Amino acid sequence: MSNPIKAVPVRHPGRWLAGAVILVLAAMLAHSLVTNENFHWDVVGKYLTASNVLNGLKNTLILTVLSMAIGIVGGILLAVMRLSANPLLSWTAAAYIWLFRGTPVITQLLFWFFLAALYPRLGLGIPFGPTFLSVDTNSLIAPFTAALLGLGLNEAAYMAEIVRGGILSVDHGQTEAAEALGMSRAKILRRIVLPQAMRVIIPPTGNETISMLKTTSLVIVIAYFELMTAVQQIYSRNFQTIPLLIVAAIWYLLLTSILTVVQGRIEKHFARGVATR
Amino acid sequence: MTELMVKAEGVHKSFGRTEVLKGIDLEVRPGEVMCVIGPSGSGKSTLLRCVNHLEKINAGRLWVDGELVGYTQKGDKLYELRDREVARKRQEIGMVFQRFNLFPHMTAVENVMEAPVQVKRESRAEARDHAMRLLTQVGLADKTGSYPSQLSGGQQQRVAIARALAMRPKLMLFDEPTSALDPELVGDVLAVMRQLAADGMTMVVVTHEMGFAREVGDSLVFMDGGVVVEQGSPREVIAAPQHERTRSFLAKVL
Ligand SMILES: Nc1ncnc2c1ncn2[C@@H]1O[C@H](COP(=O)(O)OP(=O)(O)O)[C@@H](O)[C@H]1O
Ligand SMILES: [Mg+2]
Repeated sequence: MSNPIKAVPVRHPGRWLAGAVILVLAAMLAHSLVTNENFHWDVVGKYLTASNVLNGLKNTLILTVLSMAIGIVGGILLAVMRLSANPLLSWTAAAYIWLFRGTPVITQLLFWFFLAALYPRLGLGIPFGPTFLSVDTNSLIAPFTAALLGLGLNEAAYMAEIVRGGILSVDHGQTEAAEALGMSRAKILRRIVLPQAMRVIIPPTGNETISMLKTTSLVIVIAYFELMTAVQQIYSRNFQTIPLLIVAAIWYLLLTSILTVVQGRIEKHFARGVATR
Repeated sequence: MTELMVKAEGVHKSFGRTEVLKGIDLEVRPGEVMCVIGPSGSGKSTLLRCVNHLEKINAGRLWVDGELVGYTQKGDKLYELRDREVARKRQEIGMVFQRFNLFPHMTAVENVMEAPVQVKRESRAEARDHAMRLLTQVGLADKTGSYPSQLSGGQQQRVAIARALAMRPKLMLFDEPTSALDPELVGDVLAVMRQLAADGMTMVVVTHEMGFAREVGDSLVFMDGGVVVEQGSPREVIAAPQHERTRSFLAKVL
């Protein structure tokens, strides 16, 4: 370090030009956002925290969290079945994934909602034997339940493939070393393989969660309501379409930003022992 | 019978149609250090994996500490062991791999504590104490909080040895423990193994370190093509090999 190098850095005129163009465009956008009256920022402000909107937001959150929970737990289960040496389990999982990934989620939502038409009563009992408990399907599968089943079970099929990829990414020597120590299969999965698979599983799971946040708006087809439905109901009455879409966009962006931060934290946690290389 | 730690009688092992072990006979006494040498693909790793219940043998009999590996015998009938019983037997045998296979998401001390806590249900405090003592024993008292990625190959392999010892095994299997190491790191690992042998541990060591085999080994086995070609005291086998195949192999590694 006795003689630090002094050199003329390479010039990047292209970068400067691109930067200037983007700055001008951003300034134009900001200017129009503020000056164009059609955005009606006063309306946006008024509805941003309206009780209907907040109710919708609450439902969006509940549906996203619960559907993802079903998706993740189901996905892990399906992935383990898919990788099992038992051909029956492996085939069952493959068939499930084929069915649920192969049909549109909107079809599945409607299917669960109209399940009552197929099976008017659902019962609990011995297969092909007596039934102990029987309930009216319509009373059990309310729009909320149908929404959860539709979104969650579909998500499980996608999560299964993500988890399976994660498990396969872990070096087989890890399983072998754990086996040699006398660990049981369940322990090896939980303590050794899954924690390492997480590094591969989490980024796509973040994508899935963000995508689920927006997919929940499909539940409008089964007469359930969330954020998007709430703003649609409002603008169909007052015709302030753009301001209300902005209200929805602001909330979605806020939630997505929070999720991105959370995802970063989780990724950091599971990168321990690796990032320090 | 019971005085032997490992006894193999006509052990065969095939993967699909390829027969990898073609009738292995071996005896390892308690406290003995047996070194196994032989060309790549001769079945050395497979033999160790059979001893540790990681592979099922197809024919013959294999005993560890007087108990059949993989089966129980009632009358003249053999019954396959359940997963849980196999796992229990593996606890008593330590294994060290060529590529270390440390758990990368755990620190050195966590690697060593993992099996005692999860498998033997030792308390964390007790397991940590023991792990600290073992890591000190292998010369890594100052690295207990390091992740494997922060350790050199030689240090990782010594953690791996401590991890296996934490289960208080009665038999240690080493599969080319120094083959993946830079030459200047081999000595530290061999020193730990030497000390272990001096403390009376029964060891089966697959290695190409002929110096170690000669000085530490009580017996030397030369394998080729899935059979034991020659065995005897290390000095005799190395100095005066009886078979042509042994001679040409030794000429390459010495
Ligand atoms: N799981 C397996 N499936 C198929 N073949 C295998 C398997 N494990 C080992 N083999 C084969 O068995 C032979 C002996 O392998 P191995 O025991 O690893 O030899 P060594 O350790 O002496 O180099 C090799 O030809 C190898 O390809
Ligand atoms: Mg080998």
